[in-house]
Amino acid sequence: MAENKRIDQPSGTETVGHEWDGIEELNTPLPRWWLWTFYATVVWGIVYVILYPAWPLVHGATEGVLSWSSRGQLEKELAAERERQAPIRRAIAATPLDRLGEDPQIMQAAVEGGRAAFRVHCVQCHGSGAAGSRGYPNLNDDDWLWGGDIVSIHETIANGARDPQNEATRMSQMPAFGRDGLLTPAQIADVTAYVLTISGQQKATPAARRGSELFAQNCAVCHGPDGKGDRQFGAPNLTDAIWLYGGDADSIAATVTNSRYGVMPHWGGRLDPVTIKMLAAYVHSLGGGESLATPLMAAAGTEGSDGQP
Amino acid sequence: MASPDDLVGVKPPRKSLYAKREPVFPKAVDGRFRRLKWMVMAVTLTIYYVTPWLRWDRGPWAPDQAVLIDLAHRRFYMFSIEIWPHEFYYVAGLLIMAGIGLFLVTSVAGRAWCGYACPQTVWTDLFQHVERFVEGDRNAQIRLNKGPWTFEKIRKRGTKYAIFLLISLTTGGAWIFYFADAPTLARAFLSGDAPTVAYATVGVLTATTFILGGFMREQVCIYMCPWPRIQTAMLDEKSLIVTYKNWRGEPRHRGTKKATLADLQLGDCIDCNQCVAVCPTGIDIRNGPQIGCITCALCIDACDKVMTQIGRPRGLIDYATFEDSKIEAGGGTPKPLWKTILRPRTLIYFAVWSAIGLAMLFALGVRTRIDISAQQQRNPVYVQLSDGHIRNSFTVKIRNMQARPRSFEVGLSGLDGGVMWTETGSREQAGTAVSTRVAPDSLGKLRIFVAAPRSAEGGQDPFHFTVRALDAEGGSDSTEAVFERPE
Repeated sequence: MAENKRIDQPSGTETVGHEWDGIEELNTPLPRWWLWTFYATVVWGIVYVILYPAWPLVHGATEGVLSWSSRGQLEKELAAERERQAPIRRAIAATPLDRLGEDPQIMQAAVEGGRAAFRVHCVQCHGSGAAGSRGYPNLNDDDWLWGGDIVSIHETIANGARDPQNEATRMSQMPAFGRDGLLTPAQIADVTAYVLTISGQQKATPAARRGSELFAQNCAVCHGPDGKGDRQFGAPNLTDAIWLYGGDADSIAATVTNSRYGVMPHWGGRLDPVTIKMLAAYVHSLGGGESLATPLMAAAGTEGSDGQP
Repeated sequence: MASPDDLVGVKPPRKSLYAKREPVFPKAVDGRFRRLKWMVMAVTLTIYYVTPWLRWDRGPWAPDQAVLIDLAHRRFYMFSIEIWPHEFYYVAGLLIMAGIGLFLVTSVAGRAWCGYACPQTVWTDLFQHVERFVEGDRNAQIRLNKGPWTFEKIRKRGTKYAIFLLISLTTGGAWIFYFADAPTLARAFLSGDAPTVAYATVGVLTATTFILGGFMREQVCIYMCPWPRIQTAMLDEKSLIVTYKNWRGEPRHRGTKKATLADLQLGDCIDCNQCVAVCPTGIDIRNGPQIGCITCALCIDACDKVMTQIGRPRGLIDYATFEDSKIEAGGGTPKPLWKTILRPRTLIYFAVWSAIGLAMLFALGVRTRIDISAQQQRNPVYVQLSDGHIRNSFTVKIRNMQARPRSFEVGLSGLDGGVMWTETGSREQAGTAVSTRVAPDSLGKLRIFVAAPRSAEGGQDPFHFTVRALDAEGGSDSTEAVFERPE
């Protein structure tokens, strides 16, 4: 093929001598140093293979003399992150719950830590935005079954509600008025009408007036004479716009008939005290958090903050 | 294979696939373009080395460095202008102007960027001066290069590389001062307390300057840089390029007297090879326009000198357009320079270039240093409150882009029955405005809850967040947000 070599007239460059269907190739050789950069990359590659994991084998890859691994690097980074967080976690542990809000920096760290823990442990029931769903309370609103100040929230998280595995759990039980024969279906309809009236969903009817008496006899002991609930028993306020199991007539009748028994597991002992504290701070920060009525008294009960009073 | 190639001539049977590098030893030259290059070099190097050390008083809350690219805090300071990341379009605008400026210059004067202002050219030029200072001019350099490794050669090469390294070090060193307070960083750098990235940056830039300026030189322009290819495509027949006027120079000859005696028709070129000797990329301009020519115009200077010596008019090698070359070769008079420069293409480039510049100046003049933005928290989108109202929550950000702390009132407008409160406040104290203080040159972030009565139709209800400065200077901004209700 070399015999086809010739000088290309327009460019003044020699051709390499190949020819395919009239297409020829100019001989414009690479500079020699270009070749050296190629050798340099080869050397780099060999060094890399010696230093780092490279050849895939049956169970994993060759280790490399630096013993580097992405998992090892992650562990190192996580350890560094734990190290970085240690002082603020100590500060959170040392600050009583009721005084957490005094230092914005500590409070913010607690809220952020709580946000992360919430994503892992709480979203399964309460949802990723803590908005809950039917039967699982919305933690963003201003209605609380067991109390919305930070100490009460902390207590609920630590001990749970109706958790059979925890002696200290928050406990209450609504009777199944219909199923257990305490009220007849007609009476339940009357009570339902009364509840719809006090929650402002309908005007007073004769049924509601009959229900009023039944309510006073059967329900007021927990839900209060005016139906505003009692946080001591986790008894919901029946006069507001928020309904955990639905506020329409059918849902209310079903609740009165069969009762409700929402269970929340206790987290004390399963999560470390600082994480529970941070969760309380996060839930309190969602928008419905209440201030402590009597900060010092409330603080006395949870000073240990280990979630196990 | 072994058959002789009658077209190419005698050649070795196996030719290497790789080209050996032809060393270039450019000769010193003086002349108008050399002096222009000296000036450009002085100006560009001064700008590069001195700029980070200029001070500019911005008060106690902002750095006093005139030009500072504060990557850590995401601020760019340039004299009285401060640019935040969201104002990056000013930088984008500058880059577009630089691009169009390059088009403009290229359409007028070809590869003027390559020949005069490109850092590769400026530093290579500087290094070549050092080389001539240490090793002598072209011929001495060639002798030294071919000669054996005597003590003299080692001494000269050692001195040369030491000076190269020193220049490279200051070049790499100057770069980092654009990104931090120069005096502080200089002290920290010398005492060993500067951040690792500073040393790494200086190390890399020192190495690249040393290698690219000291060794690679014209190889960068010929093999590495994409710009010559792009610029070549942007030239047209009306662009000024360095041209050997072959209609005047050819046939070239050596020995004028003999030729004159023989009464031959001769060109002006005496084949003295001075144009080749001074060329920093080692090409022969007499072969016509080529990719290796960076249009540094040093061959013009060299040829002009020779033409003066032999008593011929200057400009055998000169800036000329393709169009003029054709006219001149045909014996005509070339167009005047202003006609070459002022033509639709250059005027359009200039118009676009200045329009962008003026638009940016105007935008800079009327920009406000207060800004509000609101982002709705969408998980959950709305919250039912116990009294039947609906609550939305927003992250409202207020940019205080001035170098002093300021107080602002953030308000709510256009939402029927709407009230707002912050994370630290409570609904009992809710109103239609909250006040906040934002640190100098900072972003203030507020988590704001907004509550409004439920409406029969539900859906989305647009309203505005407003911000107003509570000081004498004043100023305000607003942003639209949407209040979401259940259907």
